[in-house]
Amino acid sequence: MGELVDALAVALKAGLGFQAVFLALLAIGINVQFGYAGLLNFGQIAFAMLGGYGIAISVSQWGLNFWVGVAVGILAAVVLALLLGLPTLRLRADYLAIATIAAAEGLRLLFRSVSATPVTNGTRGLSGFNADFVTLAPWDTARRYGILGTQWSGAELWVTVIGWVLVALSCLLIWLLVRSPWGRVVKSIREDEDAVRSLGKNVYVYKMQALVLGGVLGALGGMVYALGTASANPDQYQNANTFLAYAALILGGAARVLGPVVGSMLMFFIIQFADTGLRTLIGNGVIPEDLLSATDVAQLRFVLIGLGLMLLLVFRPQGIFGDRREVMLDAR
Amino acid sequence: MLLRLLLLTVLGGLALTLAPGAASAQTEEPAGTEQVSGTLRTNASGPIEGVEVVVTTADGAEVETAETDENGQWAVPLPGPGQYTVTIDAEDLPEGVVLTGENTRTVTVDAGRNQGVIIALSDGSREAGGGTVRWVQLLVEGLRFGLLIAMAAVGLSLIFGTTGLTNFAHGELVTIGAIAAWFINVQGGVPLVPAALIAMVIGAGVGALNELAIWRPLRRRGTGLVAALVISIGLSLLLRYLYQIIFGGGSEAYADYRGQRAVDYGAFTMTNADLSSIVIALVVLLLVAVMLQRTKIGKAMRAVADNRDLAASSGINVNRVILVVWMMGGALAALGGVLLGLSDEVQWDMGFRLLLLMFAGVTLGGLGTAYGALVGSIVVGVFVQMSTLVIPNDVKYVGGLLLLIVILIVRPQGILGSRVRVG
Repeated sequence: MGELVDALAVALKAGLGFQAVFLALLAIGINVQFGYAGLLNFGQIAFAMLGGYGIAISVSQWGLNFWVGVAVGILAAVVLALLLGLPTLRLRADYLAIATIAAAEGLRLLFRSVSATPVTNGTRGLSGFNADFVTLAPWDTARRYGILGTQWSGAELWVTVIGWVLVALSCLLIWLLVRSPWGRVVKSIREDEDAVRSLGKNVYVYKMQALVLGGVLGALGGMVYALGTASANPDQYQNANTFLAYAALILGGAARVLGPVVGSMLMFFIIQFADTGLRTLIGNGVIPEDLLSATDVAQLRFVLIGLGLMLLLVFRPQGIFGDRREVMLDAR
Repeated sequence: MLLRLLLLTVLGGLALTLAPGAASAQTEEPAGTEQVSGTLRTNASGPIEGVEVVVTTADGAEVETAETDENGQWAVPLPGPGQYTVTIDAEDLPEGVVLTGENTRTVTVDAGRNQGVIIALSDGSREAGGGTVRWVQLLVEGLRFGLLIAMAAVGLSLIFGTTGLTNFAHGELVTIGAIAAWFINVQGGVPLVPAALIAMVIGAGVGALNELAIWRPLRRRGTGLVAALVISIGLSLLLRYLYQIIFGGGSEAYADYRGQRAVDYGAFTMTNADLSSIVIALVVLLLVAVMLQRTKIGKAMRAVADNRDLAASSGINVNRVILVVWMMGGALAALGGVLLGLSDEVQWDMGFRLLLLMFAGVTLGGLGTAYGALVGSIVVGVFVQMSTLVIPNDVKYVGGLLLLIVILIVRPQGILGSRVRVG
């Protein structure tokens, strides 16, 4: 019983921690692109990587101010969105999907390559860039704090709080945007591009704006993650994370303001609970070691995510909150 | 005791020797003390001293950092069995010695084992002797790689053509071939050729299972293409990480094919295994082309890919044709996986890493066309290898992915595709 409570506490912390913020911001970004505008961006993690590295490189390598780093990260995400969108937004949805996933994988390989080591420090990554940010905290960051049976370091708590503030502001922005004329145009592009074009709207520009906005939100997520882990390493930004965010978005409900947020919290809660639970069961000998060893549990989470993503799309594509008619899944 | 080597002057083709003392050396370790170790040396440079070696756990937490000693040797004791990632600092390598692959390697350490770690280095001795011309060598390697991509990509393209599905789980069909053959070959003790044939049958079976268990019911439900695409991503994640659980995170070679010696052909050198994989790929692809051109089922495939409704109304059983396409695609991808495992060792995510290059090849050739996939893949393979003339080896895939994006700008319908497909 005590173990169950422990597992719940660990899972609760995961569902509220900065990892969930990271995932939520990625998913909010994807929601703008996929949920509202119907764009398939499979390279969201690349925007997060540029955000995280924007701070890391600016502060650790170039010795710039923390806020300059934030600006660099956002600017890099905007540039990437423009570069990716220019050629592919005129084409069918799956071309954008292939181009974005290729760009994300390519960027990761580039960041971890030997030739990029002078800038990115290769596979060893960068660290020690969050001091300026942590000192802004109104409480003692060296102490540990216990909340609801979970343990937080002061710095972690600060990153998490700021992260959730960012999530709230982003949700507010999305809420205002989708109620505006801009949001109505974007949603109609998702439903019928040609009809919107015949009304004299420049579809290409609207799609580009959605791609850039989603990318910037992804970059903010990457920054939160980099600050939370106090390090930036190319292999933290595997493209499986993009699909984790897709799964979270679809779980919560695409084309809903709070869908991605609830989806991300729930996702991390479930993953961490399954993770801790399985480890405990293996430790107790309930699950025999030959069947599943403790080292396999980390991989098992992705197996479950893959399975969950498939089942969701087959049986409940609108997720928890979504409206089936609003989920862009039938268009070519 | 640290004789499990880490040397591989692959490009030189000169020497890859696993020190014979390895097995006896391990018994000197007291039980319960796991460690990873290795020796950094190449033929030209001798032992390499002062290279930083970082060992981290699977979660990324650092275990210890070591430096190689005057004999080029290093060892790091581990807290327990499990998966560890070993990274060497390429900056520390002496002049003339470069990495031929990535600078990291993930190994699974069993209880009480001293696990040797191999990271491939090149001392450039290939250019020095043997009269090898570098660009010819790269062209030949590129052709081999391109043929492998083509073998896997034909199925991907035909599946897209017949069903409209952009199958992100196609790389996993490649991996299953390589892994199945490895288990049959290494654990079962069956020679590689029959093992590869069994792997192809397994690949065809998995392809058929894909169609019958997932995609045919989904087509019947009227699932949209974007939903199908995301489902294929879910399937890809599921299978890929399942492979990692079953197979482990390390890379393994087939029995009897470790450290092949390269044969000198004047302008280029090539191992016999690589030569046979080129021949096999050529023969198989030729057979596929003949089948598509001459046989009834081949014609039916092209007809369905061209216009599904017209094909159905002229009496072709579309579902049967699609099933055959899946089985053929699965078998070809599995064979491609075996051949790739032969040259680059078997890894759990080898198929996924190939997938993006397959997409590049298929897009270049024109999505949905079988011959386009062939031509496009070979161009991509050659381009990726030849690009190392200009860019470092470890970013060569980036070149291929950049090519993909450039194709999408310049000619999205591909070389052999028709404009109408782009929509």
